[in-house]
Amino acid sequence: MSKVFEFVKTLLVENMQIDESKINMDANIIEDLGADSLDIMDIVNDIEKEFNVTIPQDQYENLRTVGDVVNFVEDKLGK
Amino acid sequence: MLNKGLNILVTGGVRGIGKAISLAFSKYESNIYIWDINDNGFDELKSTIESNGSKVFFNKVNIADFAQVEKAVNDILESNNIDIVINNAGITKDNLLMGMKEDEWDSVITVNLKGTFNVSKHIIRSMIKKRSGCIINIASVIGLMGNKGQANYAASKAGIIGFTKSLAKEVGSRNIRVNAIAPGFIETEMTLKLSEDVIKEYSKMIPLKRMGKADDVADLCVFLASDMAKYITGQVINCDGGMLM
Repeated sequence: MSKVFEFVKTLLVENMQIDESKINMDANIIEDLGADSLDIMDIVNDIEKEFNVTIPQDQYENLRTVGDVVNFVEDKLGK
Repeated sequence: MLNKGLNILVTGGVRGIGKAISLAFSKYESNIYIWDINDNGFDELKSTIESNGSKVFFNKVNIADFAQVEKAVNDILESNNIDIVINNAGITKDNLLMGMKEDEWDSVITVNLKGTFNVSKHIIRSMIKKRSGCIINIASVIGLMGNKGQANYAASKAGIIGFTKSLAKEVGSRNIRVNAIAPGFIETEMTLKLSEDVIKEYSKMIPLKRMGKADDVADLCVFLASDMAKYITGQVINCDGGMLM
């Protein structure tokens, strides 16, 4: 799996104490993993810092699954 | 009452109510971070805090300055968490509205209200990560009842109350409590300049028939920061001898 996925997985496990086995590219961050808006903001902040990208707030609603987040960041990184 | 060894940030913590707050927390072997715009009186305060068994660190910070606050917060967070924040720093620039200059409005709103935002905003993330924290904002009964000549101050303190309740709702799920204290007529260097007649007039409006002491506010701060207040959040608690009911 990609570096971005691994980072997002670590965030979800460490910040939200989510069972690692539940985290895959199709997992819906709010519905399947139980995140709320504070978790999302927290995760986004960490991703922005780690990869030096900006994720505008109006994009948050498009980032529903772990895969959405990973793909968005990888696109920004030009991978 | 309070757990020992907590890290506590007090803005405006060298003089007046802030000094009493710093001293009150110093009785619990705390690490006290004091921010103020000048350090007049800090040396004396430092020795008292240390003789009470706590450590104290001073930083000259203007809370109205967003970037300066961000840096000062990060400087602390590099080595320590902040468990409790007392947003106490505030100023007055009284004038009747008709005579109030733009600067008198702006500076009071910026220091009192934006300053509370600046400090809370930069600290909240670390509290969210830690899943615990306590923020106490020093408002004023004037923010609840208004006062002639203090439209700017009243607006800033009313703003702090709205801010307190909103933040309490935002971060309650992360075990972070946010409350406000609304002091009434408290004896400080500022109020002691008033004439005896004025003080007598004010005291008539207070059921407990005396001005409050800075310690009265400080004791409430310690209570709100302690586990005894663990189910209290989003509240404004008046500390005013019953002046406003």
